[in-house]
Amino acid sequence: MKAAQDTTEKATQATPKKAARDRDTTRTVHAVRTAGGFSFRVDARAFAVIALLVAAAVFAAVVLIGSGDYAMSPGQVVTTLFGNGTFQQEFIVTELRLPRVLVGLLVGAALGVGGAVFQSVSRNPLGSPDVLGFGQGSAVGALTVIVLFHGGPTEVAAGAVAGGLLTGVAVYLLAWKRGVHGYRLVLVGIGAAAMLTAVTHYLITKANLVDATRAVVWMTGSLDGRDWAQVWPLLAVCCVLIPLALGHGRDLRMIEMGDDAAHSLGVRVERTRLTLLSSAVLLVAVATAAAGPIVFVSLSAPQVARRLTRAPGPNLAAAAATGAALLLVADWTAMNAFGDRQLPVGVVTGVLGGCYLLWLLVSERRAGRI
Amino acid sequence: MQRLTADSVTLGYDQRIIAENLSVEIPDNSFTVIVGPNACGKSTLLRALSRMLKPDSGDVLLDGQSIHRLPAKKVARTLGLLPQSSIAPDGITVADLVSRGRYPHQGLLRQWSPEDERIVKESMESTGVGELADRYVDELSGGQRQRVWIAMALAQQTPLLLLDEPTTYLDIQHQIDVLDLCAELHETQGRTLVAVLHDLNHAARYATHLIALRDGAVIAEGAPGDIVTAQLVEEVFGMRCQVIDDPETGTPLVVPAARKRRVAASV
Repeated sequence: MKAAQDTTEKATQATPKKAARDRDTTRTVHAVRTAGGFSFRVDARAFAVIALLVAAAVFAAVVLIGSGDYAMSPGQVVTTLFGNGTFQQEFIVTELRLPRVLVGLLVGAALGVGGAVFQSVSRNPLGSPDVLGFGQGSAVGALTVIVLFHGGPTEVAAGAVAGGLLTGVAVYLLAWKRGVHGYRLVLVGIGAAAMLTAVTHYLITKANLVDATRAVVWMTGSLDGRDWAQVWPLLAVCCVLIPLALGHGRDLRMIEMGDDAAHSLGVRVERTRLTLLSSAVLLVAVATAAAGPIVFVSLSAPQVARRLTRAPGPNLAAAAATGAALLLVADWTAMNAFGDRQLPVGVVTGVLGGCYLLWLLVSERRAGRI
Repeated sequence: MQRLTADSVTLGYDQRIIAENLSVEIPDNSFTVIVGPNACGKSTLLRALSRMLKPDSGDVLLDGQSIHRLPAKKVARTLGLLPQSSIAPDGITVADLVSRGRYPHQGLLRQWSPEDERIVKESMESTGVGELADRYVDELSGGQRQRVWIAMALAQQTPLLLLDEPTTYLDIQHQIDVLDLCAELHETQGRTLVAVLHDLNHAARYATHLIALRDGAVIAEGAPGDIVTAQLVEEVFGMRCQVIDDPETGTPLVVPAARKRRVAASV
């Protein structure tokens, strides 16, 4: 189907001298219309930002696959990925390094979308899953399996998913009063996070030395040693839930104007919110099960995406791309920036995210929002 | 049969009942204003009429069908609501916000038709915010912002438009400004308007049809000139007053009795 016309509707106009600040000069929204009455709105800047972020994530992936004891150039990596490498290269890439990088990409995207949904519903940049106790819930689930049942990796992952989901249900029910609203969700979530953290500490004190070590390693969040067994379930969940969430993105934008406004526009507010929150909880739980609680990605990715796209409202696709790129860059940093010592990626996101959180708190405070 | 009616509805939140067996008909092509003292159930009634609140019993009918059984988007193409408080997302422009009014007419494959574009432009022009199209909403004054929200509701292109206290938080000049705009929309575009207003004199001046509520029951309804009397005001609001002709429009003007006379009367 060919594009019949491409009109540039000016969401903005070039601005003469003074009023530069109160006009939005960087965004242009294009209307793309095709034969048959189809029409799409494309925010040029958001589109470019997403394209660049995806490119950055792919580039980081290629570099990551190439780095390690057996170093490969990006060219070699690409050749091998297309099936033209040596037997040894093939083994290293497809069996050892590709799954790890794929887990990183998927976990980053899942955390990005999950975080964007939660921040939008709670109308608060601090209302992200790792502040609201979902990571902690998954940790309690995983640690219960490690410490009390001495389970293997699959059982631990299942425990993490179950822990995250149960926390999600509990927080939703406790925060529900004729619909879920921002502040209550954040407060209930922070309470849950504190309680669950206490439970993880208690579980560690109960554990023997081997289990305690496993528990602490799990809780740091890492991509080390991830293989295809982690990729498939994660890929399946992401393939269903990320498009589902993106499909509800327009509704979510309407809900940001308030329940009444969204309602009067014909959005089924509570049903949309429940669908999106369940998807977000599940995405975060599965991501945490695959890589441990990698902190601050779900907090920072949506905010970074917003500042890059400068578009109002949740931009779920951009948040997904930012999360994926952010996580792989953090992983590369963890592997290479500290000399011979390789750190788990969770340590790097923790440090970066901590600085970011401080900055966020200060700037939100200045803006008078908290 | 009018397009929008409430048929002996019982309304309440949780266990608290606000109105019982309330029946109301909104005359087509009227500018209906609902008045009454605080907590008389006027906003609750508006929420029920806009399908935001489901009645415990009875039914709200839109074109003869139960409004709660109709698809949400279909209702939103017939009936719009301007809520009392809405949140303008950070960093949204006026044009962006107004274009969101087109949501019920759009879909995943039909996101921005030439018609959408034209109607958004018209809505901004008829509310006088065309000049502000590229400005950020959070930098506008309260009066301008309310006009933008009205523009968004207009872009929804619904024959019925409900407004929940559209003049709250505005100073007197902007209150009149918003009400003039409503009157104009009613007269020139033939839309049916239903508003909840606090100010009885505004209601009497602008409404073509007035509904006076007290304790969840209709005390009187009709043209303001026919029903607004000192007796009615005392019955509905519990306040002694004189009703004189508004020197500007000839509509009823309620003048509260002086404190001394009210005190004397109660002794």
